[in-house]
Amino acid sequence: MRTVNVDKVTEAVREMCINANYFLSSDMQKKLKEAAEQEESPLGKQILCQLQENLQIAGEDQIPICQDTGMAVIFLEIGQEVYFEGGDLTEAVNEGVRRGYAEGYLRKSVVGDPLIRENTKDNTPAVIHYEIVPGDQVKITVAPKGFGSENMSRIFMLKPADGPEGVKEAILSAVREAGPNACPPVIVGVGIGGTFEKSALMAKKALTRPADQRAEIPWVRDMEEELLKKINGLGIGPGGLGGRVTALAVNINTYATHIAGLPVAVNMCCHVNRHAVRTI
Amino acid sequence: MEKQIQAPLLEEEIRDLRAGDYVYITGTLYTARDAAHKRMQEALDRGEDLPFDIRGQVIYYMGPSPAREGRPIGSAGPTTASRMDKYAPRLLDLGLKGMVGKGKRTREVLDAVVRNKAVYFAAVGGAGALLSKRILKAEVIAYEDLGTEAIRKLSVENFPVIVVADRFGNNLYETAIGEYRTEV
Repeated sequence: MRTVNVDKVTEAVREMCINANYFLSSDMQKKLKEAAEQEESPLGKQILCQLQENLQIAGEDQIPICQDTGMAVIFLEIGQEVYFEGGDLTEAVNEGVRRGYAEGYLRKSVVGDPLIRENTKDNTPAVIHYEIVPGDQVKITVAPKGFGSENMSRIFMLKPADGPEGVKEAILSAVREAGPNACPPVIVGVGIGGTFEKSALMAKKALTRPADQRAEIPWVRDMEEELLKKINGLGIGPGGLGGRVTALAVNINTYATHIAGLPVAVNMCCHVNRHAVRTI
Repeated sequence: MEKQIQAPLLEEEIRDLRAGDYVYITGTLYTARDAAHKRMQEALDRGEDLPFDIRGQVIYYMGPSPAREGRPIGSAGPTTASRMDKYAPRLLDLGLKGMVGKGKRTREVLDAVVRNKAVYFAAVGGAGALLSKRILKAEVIAYEDLGTEAIRKLSVENFPVIVVADRFGNNLYETAIGEYRTEV
């Protein structure tokens, strides 16, 4: 048994909310740089160069990369040998979000009720996903999620007979329909299998995988590569204004599913695909 | 083609704007998102005036992040324009000349752009830090309680945008994609 004070979680979340919004992870930076080199459309190339410049300004001036600093999505992978002391873990996470969004001059984009729509003014509550894993450590992933791309995400409850072709067509249709709205070049997070909610969660988590890391299962890896080519053949391009680079990566996660089903969730993310990870 | 224009927009200055033109705007932009549009619509329904004279103006669909001390504004990139589609035709018919946002618009909005000889520009989504550098001043002029969604009057200099939909009915989102499509 290892004792962890929840204040440590608050502090980590606070700092990660700020850093994730000022600095893009190195995998994403590398992908964007490659995209700028590869793009054939002059306007597309210009936009990709502006995005490079934007990242530089954000880091130097300590200003968010994008004004939509997102709803804070947080994954907590908690070792089963960890004992938390010092208070309520969920409240500790929300306190970290509250402090990070205030101290980092981040936008407060959360409304407390989906229909009454009053801003909570501190960007809480966060969306927190807890997972119990072996060991005595706590892995925290902070992934602030903007809604330009979130709004273009889709779930498809396909039939088993639809097979791999049906899955690919569903994913392509989601990207095609998102077009310029999701702020391309995008990262496409996909969950295949599980249940309705499991597929969505897998798609979300897929976005936190480094953009240059392919899936381990051979057929999944092949599908990621094939879909990236097909998506970049759609012509949508940077900013949706035409070009060869529509997506930087397709990240697919899979899970067992029911004999009667084939759920496919597509979570779109713009080029400001933020994720910070820390283990305490 | 690269062009420089002043906002509010003068008829003769925007007459020749075409989808695909790269335009630098200098002058005044008003920000408004979903909540401010809803309030403006409600004001019009009650027969009240809008918080600013909309004739010839450009609305920027944007809600900034908070400004640090000594700076006019925080990160300030465009939000998705389609959420304002429900409100935009009425404002265009009242004299709104330009909109800056990102993403597709409905047929109703595109028709209202043509009918009113207006223009829809896109700014680069996700370039909020860069775009904030082109904003010299920002002042909340209405609906302050909406926070980031309040209406702000911005003074901008060489604010970079691209003409997506013009008065001739051209739509860059439709035409540009065809040029680079390789799917069968």
